[in-house]
Amino acid sequence: MPRFRHAALAAAAFCATTAQAQDAGQLNVICSVQAEWCNMIQTVFTKSTGIKVNMSMKGSGEALAQLIAERANPKTDVWFGGTGDPHLQAAEQGLTLEYKSPALSQLFPWAQQQAQQSGWKTVGIYSGPLGFGYNTELIAKKKMPIPKSWADLLNPVYKGEIQVANPASSGTAYTMVATLVQLMGEDKAFDYMKALHKNIGQYTRSGTGPIKAVARGETTVSISFVHDGPGEAMQGFPVATVTPSEGTGAEIGSMSIIKGARNLEQAKKFYEWALTPQAQQFGAAAKQFQLPSNKATPVDPRVPDFKSIKFINYDYAKYGASAERKRLISKWEKDVNSLPR
Amino acid sequence: MAEAAALAALPAHRGRQRAQRIVLGWALGGLAAFVLLPWYFPQNLTLWKSLPGVFGGADTASGLVQALRHGKPWLWIGAAGLLLALAAARLPAGRAQGRLLLAGAGVGLLGLLAAGFGIGAQGWSFEFLEAWFGPLPGGQFGIGLGGALVLLALLMLLGAGIARLGYFRGDLFVAGAVVLCSALLLLFVALPVGKSLLGAFLDDAGQPSLAALAERLAHERVWGLGCIAGGVRCGVAWNTLFLALLTAAGTTLLGTLIALYAERGNRRLGKSLNVLALLPIITPPFVVGLGLILLFGRAGLVNQFLEWAFGVPPTRWFYGLLGVWLAQMFAFTPIAFMIMRGVVQGISPSMEEAAQTLRASRIKTFMTVTLPLMKPGLANAFLVGFIESIADFGNPIIVGGSYAVLSTDIFFAIVGAQYDQGKAASLALVLTAFALAVFFIQQRVLGRQSYTTVSGKGDAGMAMPLPDGVRRLCVGIAGPWLAFTVVVYVFAFIGGFVQTWGRDYTPTLAHFHTAFDLQWGVNGLVWAGTAWNSLFTTLKLAAIAAPICASIGLLISWLLARTQFVGQRAFEFAALLAFAIPGTVLGVSYILAFNVPPFELTGTGLIIVLCFVFRNLPVGVRAGTASFKQLDKSLDEASTMLRAGTATTLRRVVLPLLKPALVAALVYSFVRSMTTVSAVIFLVTAENELATTYIIGRVGNGDYGVALAYCTVLIVLMSLATAAIQFVVGERKLGRRKNT
Repeated sequence: MPRFRHAALAAAAFCATTAQAQDAGQLNVICSVQAEWCNMIQTVFTKSTGIKVNMSMKGSGEALAQLIAERANPKTDVWFGGTGDPHLQAAEQGLTLEYKSPALSQLFPWAQQQAQQSGWKTVGIYSGPLGFGYNTELIAKKKMPIPKSWADLLNPVYKGEIQVANPASSGTAYTMVATLVQLMGEDKAFDYMKALHKNIGQYTRSGTGPIKAVARGETTVSISFVHDGPGEAMQGFPVATVTPSEGTGAEIGSMSIIKGARNLEQAKKFYEWALTPQAQQFGAAAKQFQLPSNKATPVDPRVPDFKSIKFINYDYAKYGASAERKRLISKWEKDVNSLPR
Repeated sequence: MAEAAALAALPAHRGRQRAQRIVLGWALGGLAAFVLLPWYFPQNLTLWKSLPGVFGGADTASGLVQALRHGKPWLWIGAAGLLLALAAARLPAGRAQGRLLLAGAGVGLLGLLAAGFGIGAQGWSFEFLEAWFGPLPGGQFGIGLGGALVLLALLMLLGAGIARLGYFRGDLFVAGAVVLCSALLLLFVALPVGKSLLGAFLDDAGQPSLAALAERLAHERVWGLGCIAGGVRCGVAWNTLFLALLTAAGTTLLGTLIALYAERGNRRLGKSLNVLALLPIITPPFVVGLGLILLFGRAGLVNQFLEWAFGVPPTRWFYGLLGVWLAQMFAFTPIAFMIMRGVVQGISPSMEEAAQTLRASRIKTFMTVTLPLMKPGLANAFLVGFIESIADFGNPIIVGGSYAVLSTDIFFAIVGAQYDQGKAASLALVLTAFALAVFFIQQRVLGRQSYTTVSGKGDAGMAMPLPDGVRRLCVGIAGPWLAFTVVVYVFAFIGGFVQTWGRDYTPTLAHFHTAFDLQWGVNGLVWAGTAWNSLFTTLKLAAIAAPICASIGLLISWLLARTQFVGQRAFEFAALLAFAIPGTVLGVSYILAFNVPPFELTGTGLIIVLCFVFRNLPVGVRAGTASFKQLDKSLDEASTMLRAGTATTLRRVVLPLLKPALVAALVYSFVRSMTTVSAVIFLVTAENELATTYIIGRVGNGDYGVALAYCTVLIVLMSLATAAIQFVVGERKLGRRKNT
């Protein structure tokens, strides 16, 4: 018994010492973009301001779950990156702080609209279109046509060859569902998805699962964000991307300050810094080719040309609201996912 | 039996004096903590730095000063309880002392806990309290070292009081152990799990509603039987059950075969089998899945070979039930092996010799003597395999394809596009129900038969070598399995050394460089690699958690096997509960339960250690229980008759015989702590990053090279740790002759 007491005491004392003494500035960030991008931000911001950045990397779904769970006593200050819908949900649930940055006027209209629709509780920091990725080698070997439109994907030659994420767990896939609903009308969209279901090989858990599977030859076609493609291609994988001709939607990656943040001053500093053109270039440096939201940011040539893509007028407010999301996802689950393949 | 009880009720004079001193010691210790240690958990200071401020500010003051000067009068209740107990310590040993101790400790504990849960960071936690008592000027944060020690002292005094009243046969040690373990289980298992499961009963608006529960549970997605009729798919619950049964049966069979061969077959091979069979246990989760995909996936080696040799077009046949089952078999056979190895070692050879002397053939002896004696181990291994399977998350996610199981559905419900805590909680309820059911079935099967084979008498028998048929079966099944293990590991090692996995196989050390770079800076060694932080944190936290987990687990198994008290069943169930709860749910429930005062632990390393300890507790308990069934009670009684106290008996007689169980518990909890993912994914912070979340992040990023390099390093480290633990703890000496 005494031995256990000692051990417990030692453990308690030991762990208490891990709570470090803190200097003037510290910041706790949840980062929902790629690891390399997160690391760059952390290093550069710390170097330039002296504020110690504690960064934890989580997907946007997991980040939202954590914020909801710790709402009574938040330990996070800023949520950086991740697709816009979870940020809108967080704003709706009162988890994030209303903050109007002076830099808003420098941003593209879609970013400003994102901020306004959330009640100024979040802001767009990048945007990327939804499209298809395909494995060039497999397509050539199997002599399949390259899919160029949503309608093309229904071709029976692609049976079992398409991967997309599960809308219940992935913002990417939910963006697809919302895009189709706005493009074709709800009933036609669900008919389309039921037909597409026959060609789907697997619904993956994460949004970037399908493009990685395409890169590694596990599947031939993926429905994913176009900006994920070049990173894979740069590693040597035979990946190419294309956007559908009928029209497509885009995600707006967002950033929010958490309500009740313990390091509010530092959080605001980070927020302002992240909206500057210099900070927004780290995406491209980390091989992520979304379109940054600050108009003055130099755009990398590998970022898809937004002018040549046909975008639908995506209503972020309507389709970002929790109730609509739940309804659409349950309907997808019931009508589409339950069908045989 | 009656004599033993009578003997135990006559403590020696010296023993009685010691007991009185212990009670006094706890009372004084509690008061000292109240006066001299910071009561609350300091927000931004380490313990060491806050000690000078013990009589100072509100952040670091001790309980006494808080109550006197900082407006926290409810802390006096704790002091009152301790003073009552101090008065009781002066009384002679007996029922009067017991009653006073009980009163003091009870008042102190109830008062402090009520105040703790009722008063939060901003005042009262519940509206009705505010209505009764009026608003509070200030709140309180989570308790720290001072508060924890005072609560501990009160718990021990409670145990002493109960013992003095005659329960637990007047044994202070047993009473204290039971009270402490119950409190720990209640606080760190029952409370968080209960809180999160309660969410199943709430509807969308947060109000209790049975209709919402019924609707969630009776859904077709959970219980549908479509697949039997040739339809689309079965309900998620049936999928989970089916997979779990397959896995449990498969792992128990494989584990038993390997254990039999390792113990009774070729001795030299036995040693290398020990190492090889345990390899999957020290593998970080996704390595197995990735290796299997690279072998059997669509673009994997096997499919490519089939296409080249036989023209069979590659498909995704591996993903789904087959893939998950294979991955789980791979991952969980070592646990069954560890359990069965201890059991096979403990089988008394004299019994087998007796059977053979009566002219039974080896195969008959095996079937009628050896196998039945292994029943507790088999049942335990089956239960552990079943529960591991239903709570498994990593494997179904990676290779499950469209085969849905409860744990992945729970994950989707929590982190998905629709955050539906009610649905997650109801699925977790179903999962818990399954675990409960298996637990009760296993109790029935094992029943009250005696499996004692390790007794005080030396056993001069020689273990019978395996009958031919069994030996061939072992080699035939276990052999290829182990070869397969080696193949997957070779893949994993190669992965860290090639440029791009699946594409460019030029050898390189770049990934190790990225992760584990070492440079010479101005002030000496600079840990420049990106992975050092998480590695050190994980090693530190796992090393702290492992001995705590093993000691609490073995203590609990001793309490279950050697004592009788009211609520023993509930006690055992709570200890096993954390095992059956899927990791994701446990992680979220820990955040929910420990994010607010009185136990504000999120964001610290302590909550991760606690999660490790209580998640891996059941294996220590199970291993200990299986071993205890083989130890004869007469050993304990002999020690007691020679006037050794309970603690001494435990330390000097029982513990040395429990060495295999101790090794299993230590190794397993250390290794599992190093490789767990789903439970800690919500508990890691930037300051306390763990190796597994780092790796999973890299995998999600597509950086398989760095991830596999890191996994290689982890595997090497864990092998060293396992070897070290086995060396330090040693093998147990059973006084038997060895086969020549």
